[in-house]
Amino acid sequence: MIPAVLIASVYVFALAAFLGYQVISRVPPLLHTPLMSATNAISGISLIGSLVLAGAKGYPLPAHILGFVAVTTATINVVGGFGLTDRMLKMFKSRTAKKEEAK
Amino acid sequence: MTLTSYFMEATYLVASILFIFALKGMSHPETARRGMFLAEGGMFAAIVGTLIGAHIVTWVWIIAGLAVGSILGAWMAIWVPMTAMPQRTALSHAFGALAAALVGIGEFVVHGQEMSAVTRGALGFEIMLGSLTTTGSLIAAGKLQGIIYGKPVQFRGQNIVNLGTFLVMVGCAAFFWMHPDASTVFYSMLGVAFVFGVLLVIPIGSADMPVVMSLLNSYAGLASAATGFVLGNNVLIIAGTLDGFSGFILSVLMCKAMNRSITNVLFGGFGAVVAESAAQTGGVMREITLDDAAMQLAFASRVVFVPGYGLATAQAQHAVRELAELLEGRGVTVKYAIHPVAGRMPGHMNVLLAEANVPYSSLYEMEQINPEFPSTDVAVVIGANDVVNPDARDNPKSLIAGMPILEVDRAKSVIVLKRGQGRGFSGLENPLFFKTCTSMLYGDAKSSLSHLAQAVQHV
Repeated sequence: MIPAVLIASVYVFALAAFLGYQVISRVPPLLHTPLMSATNAISGISLIGSLVLAGAKGYPLPAHILGFVAVTTATINVVGGFGLTDRMLKMFKSRTAKKEEAK
Repeated sequence: MTLTSYFMEATYLVASILFIFALKGMSHPETARRGMFLAEGGMFAAIVGTLIGAHIVTWVWIIAGLAVGSILGAWMAIWVPMTAMPQRTALSHAFGALAAALVGIGEFVVHGQEMSAVTRGALGFEIMLGSLTTTGSLIAAGKLQGIIYGKPVQFRGQNIVNLGTFLVMVGCAAFFWMHPDASTVFYSMLGVAFVFGVLLVIPIGSADMPVVMSLLNSYAGLASAATGFVLGNNVLIIAGTLDGFSGFILSVLMCKAMNRSITNVLFGGFGAVVAESAAQTGGVMREITLDDAAMQLAFASRVVFVPGYGLATAQAQHAVRELAELLEGRGVTVKYAIHPVAGRMPGHMNVLLAEANVPYSSLYEMEQINPEFPSTDVAVVIGANDVVNPDARDNPKSLIAGMPILEVDRAKSVIVLKRGQGRGFSGLENPLFFKTCTSMLYGDAKSSLSHLAQAVQHV
């Protein structure tokens, strides 16, 4: 990694940390479990690294196999994480929404 | 760069922005779902972008991985019961961290010789965080599921052994950083990190799980961010950092809610110490009959339910909602008081009650509800113990001294639903149970609540 790229990456890291702090400290305790589940699904983005490992040109077989396992576990997190988060968030309803549903 | 690479980078940028919008949506239940759809879109775009732009030639492993992962993931999303949410979350920390560690190993296998010093440094972090989080989370999941004994496992000199393991792990990383061709050292680092993850979590008791879960969440995220540094991939850095910081913020909040420091949680082995320093309260616990309890509830004007982990184990969330609705039908004002560390993960109680169709406007945080207890007629404690222990406030010698509590003892009367006369997970005596305003209703929370509901109907 050349120094210029490293510095750019550190910028990205620092800005993401700052932004993350700002955004996440506004999440109410009510939604902390879905938050954990959602950030988990989002960090399943490491799937894209796994995809490269599993299928890129010129990689040896052991790398493909490691990649396959990584793709599997990351996909479980992406699909399971988003699915569960949505299932949880669907359950959070205000009082008025509940009354309308009952009608 | 070819056109497809530009396209791939563009999808990564879009994904990063959508992820941030998604987390912003999480600030309110009304906007949270829409936000998650954006994140799903971002994820999909990034995956498609990668498949198009990353010079993929071997598709069989990718398709197999995506298929198996999707099936298992969908199965989890549909079938995991809400009561099992803590262990499923722990498991997903393990999966995320394992993916990061494996990508790291793969990078070492493929590019090990030509890595720059910076990349090797990042790779060290990725491997260490990824592996220790994998085994640590598996242990946590095992404890939560009850496969592994939930009490803290402790032995003499534990902190020294842990510290030694940690130093060996970091030593391996440093050696590898200086000697890129030392593959034995690289794999030793991997192995030691796996062991360290186990050592880190086994001494921690179930009551401290909310902190551990948040910390593991943070590590898993940081492992992903380190992967981003290794691969020079910004969307990985951004998503990983967001996850890492979210976990970090939650750990700090959970620690505050227990008035303890993170080091104390990790190295204190809370709960194993028998609470001899706690004041001997003594006195008698007064038992109450179902009918009397039902009578009290039915003629109250303000009732507050205080759920704890016992609600989750008894799966009593529906039973409590039915009782609450009956009471509301009689004109009683019903609220729920949620302590930040009630249950086994942040927000655990909120999810369970939401599942049982309790509107979120009835759920109150500790700071909101505490001033209301003096005007509350009946506070019903359901399987909660330490979070309502007045010793935390009154007895400076108590192990949990200074922990903010739900002040149910200020209510006019308190009914405690409890399985038996034993102590809670922390092993602490709870003076609340001996107060004159308190009465105990023994038995399984679920059946107690549904019997109460029947009794209230007959009042």
